[in-house]
Amino acid sequence: MVKPDPHRPRRAATRYAAAVVVVGGAVVVSGCGRQSIISNKSPQAHGITVLWWWMLGVAAIVFAGAVTFMVIGFVKRRTPGMPIFGRHELAAQMLVLVFGIGIPLAVLIPLFGVSDVYLVQQTSAPLPGTTKLTINVIGHQWWWEARYENGRAVTANEIHIPARTRVNVVATTADVIHSFWVPQLNRKIDMIPGQRNRVLLYADHPGKYRGQCSQYCGLQHANMAMYVIAQPPAAFRAWLKHMATRAATPRTAQARAGERLFMNSQCASCHFIGGTPAQGTVGPNLTHLESRSTLAAGTIPNTRRWLADWIHNPQNIKPGVRMPDLGLSWAEVHTIAAYLEELK
Amino acid sequence: MATVIRPRGQQYVDLLDRVWGERKGLVGWLTTTDHKRIGIMYFFTALAFFGAGGVEALLIRTQLFGPNGHVLSPAAYDQIFTMHGVTMIFLFVIPMTTGAFGNYLLPLMIGARDMAFPRMNAVSYWIYLASGIFMYIALAQGHAPNAGWFDYVPLASKTYSPSINIDYYGWGLIFNGIASTATSINFIVTIFKLRAPGMSLNRMPLFCYAFLAVSFALLFALPSLSVAALFLELDRQLGFQFYTASHGGNPLLWQNLFWIFGHPEVYIIILPAFGIATAIIPTFTKRKMIFFPLVALSEILVAFLGFGVWVHHMFTVGYPTATTVYFAAASLIITIPSAIQLFAWIATIMSGTPEFKTPLLFIVGFILFFIIGGLSGVMLAAIPFDQQVHDSYFVIAHFHFVIFGAAVFPILGGMYFWFPKVTGRMYHEGWGQFSFWCTFVGTLVTFFPMHIVGLMGMVRRNYTYPAGLGFSTLNALETVGAFVLAAGLVSIVANLLISYHKGAPAGNDPWEGDTLEWSTTSPPPPYNYPVIPTVTSPYAMWDTADRELDNKRLERGEGVFALGHRTPGSTVQDAEVDELLEMPPHSIWPPVTALALAGVFVMLLLQHYFIALGFAAVIALTLIGWHRHGAQP
Repeated sequence: MVKPDPHRPRRAATRYAAAVVVVGGAVVVSGCGRQSIISNKSPQAHGITVLWWWMLGVAAIVFAGAVTFMVIGFVKRRTPGMPIFGRHELAAQMLVLVFGIGIPLAVLIPLFGVSDVYLVQQTSAPLPGTTKLTINVIGHQWWWEARYENGRAVTANEIHIPARTRVNVVATTADVIHSFWVPQLNRKIDMIPGQRNRVLLYADHPGKYRGQCSQYCGLQHANMAMYVIAQPPAAFRAWLKHMATRAATPRTAQARAGERLFMNSQCASCHFIGGTPAQGTVGPNLTHLESRSTLAAGTIPNTRRWLADWIHNPQNIKPGVRMPDLGLSWAEVHTIAAYLEELK
Repeated sequence: MATVIRPRGQQYVDLLDRVWGERKGLVGWLTTTDHKRIGIMYFFTALAFFGAGGVEALLIRTQLFGPNGHVLSPAAYDQIFTMHGVTMIFLFVIPMTTGAFGNYLLPLMIGARDMAFPRMNAVSYWIYLASGIFMYIALAQGHAPNAGWFDYVPLASKTYSPSINIDYYGWGLIFNGIASTATSINFIVTIFKLRAPGMSLNRMPLFCYAFLAVSFALLFALPSLSVAALFLELDRQLGFQFYTASHGGNPLLWQNLFWIFGHPEVYIIILPAFGIATAIIPTFTKRKMIFFPLVALSEILVAFLGFGVWVHHMFTVGYPTATTVYFAAASLIITIPSAIQLFAWIATIMSGTPEFKTPLLFIVGFILFFIIGGLSGVMLAAIPFDQQVHDSYFVIAHFHFVIFGAAVFPILGGMYFWFPKVTGRMYHEGWGQFSFWCTFVGTLVTFFPMHIVGLMGMVRRNYTYPAGLGFSTLNALETVGAFVLAAGLVSIVANLLISYHKGAPAGNDPWEGDTLEWSTTSPPPPYNYPVIPTVTSPYAMWDTADRELDNKRLERGEGVFALGHRTPGSTVQDAEVDELLEMPPHSIWPPVTALALAGVFVMLLLQHYFIALGFAAVIALTLIGWHRHGAQP
């Protein structure tokens, strides 16, 4: 693991905090991208939320009942025997049978039917070939790769889907176990080596829904977030078409210098930029980096300043991230950033 | 008037004192085979690890006080949260319940003079201590396990965790498991063979049923963990591929093996708490437990059913519904034996005349927390809901209500309850009640909001979280709660420590307790009872005629067995005395054996396999010494 430079962390830490406030603030202001299972945005998540409220209601009644018994026990602590029934042992035994066996059975059997027979089908993964769109989502330490149409379009950390359309997500992993979870849309699915798990994504409305890796996957498990962006179907088709194109050719002199620097440095051995010599597959695909709103799997906003900071010293922002500190000068950093900013 | 009147029967007591006396001072503690002294060593060791695990919990909560905390680095956080889990499960709760409470109380409750295998009992303790030190050396070096207490592969494989951290975990748990296995065998044999005459199985206290169930569960669950850890170390150290998908292995094999152990483990943690509750409730409500046979059966059933539910930890791994639905159903069924016990406790409190002293208060807290944790547990058996909140803080809330609220509260209540028996002094009731309210409120404030942040989408095992998702306020509240809870726990320890020096003398039976341990002196003599008691009901201490008869038998020298280091053995079902067992006396060999075993595991850790083999040979030599001394003092 790379140790953060002892002289820099405080400043980086403060700026990192500021970044999170910026990202978080944007989230609150835009009113979407929250992560609560209660503010569900799909029929599947809605079904689970309804189940939750019912379970909470019944649980509250059971809890209140048990507490009532205890309070009665306290109030009548000086009188032996049950209230009303007195000292008949049978009354107390009946209470145990009714509340220990009868009522649990009466509650658990319907619960089993509703949740484990009915709702589990409603939220289950679509059968192969029953959806128009399949997205391969691959978990990496610590970011998400999304591949459309057998890799014709590849992006990272922001997964676009058409709204009101059933989407089949095939979840796999490039390294350790991760778990794909977008609480507002559906339940989670683990990404396990050697397995191709599937989960249904569906969004009632266009919007931006935050998700997060929910299986512990190492140092930066905490900073492995992503967004599912649901768009009107036409807009989605346009986006997908654009994603499948090659990277834009840099227009300014600085950007062209940045491209040369990128291709001749370590950058190109890990990152992929369509139509260029950069063919790495270790890090996120940068072909259309500027179309994304955050960097480093939802850790910082994708602005020029943060992009430069990230290229200069990623280990200060996301300690342990696979991207090394390259020891670039600030001038070099800004040259590369100028290039990346053109990758719209 | 200096003439001391010798009570009749005193000559037998003198003889027993001489035969059962152990060595004095530090050597005495090192060589002891007395289950009570071993229990006390377990108690203080487990308490120390509880302190360590508690400090780790406070560090975690401090780091999560607000968004983007900087108390711990990500690497430190991973080690701390892993060690918190490992410590609380393996180094605190199990040793505290089976090691301290079980060891001290079980032979007393069944009227035996010691455990069936006193030296194996001692070696269990020393192995436990060594395994704890083994894993804490890792933390002191900054190389503590860091893949979580569940240690999922491939994150824990050599490829993704190349340093020694995980090897401490793998070898440490195998090492630790030897102690628990030996203890559970010891309990089973003790319960089956050393019960006082007349204590047939249906007259055995419910506390003992709970420990019998726990011992069987441990015995069958631990091999799965040990095998999983052994495979892990073979993979890591010798390049095997048990868990590597790309080489025909399967990472889910680890998860299955781990949870085949891990779920029975939950009941291993909580069943002793049930046992403690069933000891405290009759005493303070002054009535017998309602539905004794059904409660005993439920204790056994919970341990048994606990083996059939493990996949509910794995509902999100992609198994087909046909597989998961069976485990969901089994998880729901386990509600019934739990609910039977719960309402038997509640009905006993309702129909008795409860006196809400500190031990019973902790049991009331336990009942409330067990209901909360149980209800959220039922919710998690609903597969789609589980798949939503799995690995979120909702799950953390659930299992902390169960294994802190429901498993640790009875331990705390039990500490107060048996303090007079162990020390001969009373604790301070006022401070005891204060400590209850402090820990009760602390527990609620710490863990209840976790349900809510979990539903809001907060993921477990994250060293930080961003602002703006609504987690911040509740997390701050949880951290405040954790410190209130810590204050409550410290006040318990302070109360007991001060009372040990200043408390009022307790006498033999300050509570008018229902089980045999209250009939002997406080603290009990090394041989527990001058006369092996005879038993005619599960509430032996409330059969006053039987106890008076014991005193008369002492005068006649009946049932004293003073002519050697002996305890009577009895038949499994009806507890009729059928043999006289010669108990081995104190010995230095158990700690020496444990030390040699520690050598084996350190060498396995460092991959010096031939030196490990050498230490194994040393163990063989120590065992020769161990058995050569045999029965001779």
